[in-house]
Amino acid sequence: MRAFWGSQLEFFLVTLLNSLSYGLLLFMLSSGLTLIFSMMGVLNFAHASFYMLGAYFAYQTGAYIGFWPALFIAPILVGILGAVTERYGLRTVHKFGHVAELLFTFGLAYVIEEVVHLVWGRAPVDYRVPESLDFTLFTLFTTQYPAYRAFMMLISVGMLISLFLLLTRTRVGMVVQASLTHPDMVEALGHNVPRVFMMVFAGGCALAGLAGVLGGNMFITEPGMAFAVGSIVFVVVVFGGMGSLAGAFVASLIIGTLQTFSVALDFSMLGVLGAIGISVSEDSNWYGLWSITISQTAPVLPYLLMVLMLIVRPRGLMGTRES
Amino acid sequence: MLEVKNLHAYYGKSHILHGVHLNVSKGEIVSLLGRNGVGRSTTIKAVMGQVEHTGAVEFNGENLSGLPTYRIARKGLGYVPENRDIFPALTTRQNLLLGMKGTRQSGRWSEEDMFNLFPRLRERAAAPAGVLSGGEQQMLTLCRTLMGDPDLVMIDEPTEGLAPKIVEQMAHLFEEIRNRGVSILLVEQKLTIALRISQRVYVMGHGRIVFEGSPEDLRANESVRKEWLEV
Repeated sequence: MRAFWGSQLEFFLVTLLNSLSYGLLLFMLSSGLTLIFSMMGVLNFAHASFYMLGAYFAYQTGAYIGFWPALFIAPILVGILGAVTERYGLRTVHKFGHVAELLFTFGLAYVIEEVVHLVWGRAPVDYRVPESLDFTLFTLFTTQYPAYRAFMMLISVGMLISLFLLLTRTRVGMVVQASLTHPDMVEALGHNVPRVFMMVFAGGCALAGLAGVLGGNMFITEPGMAFAVGSIVFVVVVFGGMGSLAGAFVASLIIGTLQTFSVALDFSMLGVLGAIGISVSEDSNWYGLWSITISQTAPVLPYLLMVLMLIVRPRGLMGTRES
Repeated sequence: MLEVKNLHAYYGKSHILHGVHLNVSKGEIVSLLGRNGVGRSTTIKAVMGQVEHTGAVEFNGENLSGLPTYRIARKGLGYVPENRDIFPALTTRQNLLLGMKGTRQSGRWSEEDMFNLFPRLRERAAAPAGVLSGGEQQMLTLCRTLMGDPDLVMIDEPTEGLAPKIVEQMAHLFEEIRNRGVSILLVEQKLTIALRISQRVYVMGHGRIVFEGSPEDLRANESVRKEWLEV
């Protein structure tokens, strides 16, 4: 019995740590998306594509100069691409309205995916955790906790604190905060708001790129990664509330935890019913439904949560906009 | 110093301004009067480059048409919008700091001046601007624009919805602004304050200037007041 509870505790703690590192990674993506959305009113469909580019750039530059320089260079490259996208793409399309902007980012996501196909092929690339971080940090009961996951958390938390300080303690951050609600007024006071827009877009893309550098080797670097992660990031942003950084943070952790735990849980209603002494025969009409395990529902849970949120509270957890 | 000639402005397909002419000289308070919806706010927004327009907008002899708004602001034009666009998440003091165009204080106004003119703002300096009352927000918007040291400030309906006592404070501030050599283009619907402090007034109707003259001329001209101003 002791051993049983011990293993349960072990499962719980390890999964919680994994949830946290995954949730923080999601926040690195959703924070940029949220900032860009609040400021420009554009939901950037290509956001996760910049995440993918981060992973591929890190893989490619890492092959020549190693992981550590790539950790800095890849996000910067992605940020520069973001700046160019804003300056010469979005800004040009802007005068045709939000629909045009949305379509532009939508098309861009496909273009980036095709370019990735052309350059790196359709199969996953061998982007690995660097050797210097490929060891067991500590052993919890019987689980060996990889150092790289801890490193991911460290970088994510560092990024979180820097972003917070940048937004609340610096003049640039104040201009950004003010532009979130009243961009026209900020510009009328003599601040170069178009440049601030470009910087925020580039910064958001660089964050996505950093997430790609960190997540690409932890998970897998392949052309489908953008769409896989992109849809989850949208769930996070809608769930947390469009335009709210705090909401995006809470939602990232909730969705991260939900996904990580649900994948690992093997319970089904059948088991629960069995535990309280009700047995369901295999001939029963509902047997199929009762026997679905939580892990089988894992992929759909985030979307279910989003739909529920949209029904109960359409502006999300901490959203400020109605639409 | 500000010279607007033959200004036409459009919102999408609707033609809002039909050839507006006006000018403001150095050290002058000029009022732009008229009923709601005749194009007074659009005129200032066009000067600030926030509305598509044709015609000439010159400031100190330089053509402003086609420049982005932030460049126009840096030429020395200040704009205080009607809807008091304070930044709600920032504190009162941070709002004032963002009024400055650079990081350092320069020009005619300091934070201390603002706090002396409106002691209420000093008391609320650390409070988020979103919790200030309507009157306090109006003062803050005006002070924030002054922190950028404009040579001409365009103020849209500053007394709208304010208590008479605060309106008096505002009128006092406008005179203080002029005393420091700053010109004012004041958009107003109420005549009381405007006629008392202005050197010249314009009356707008249907996207055109329909009257131009001194406050005394307007007081004497009952037909203009009846047709274009009184409700």
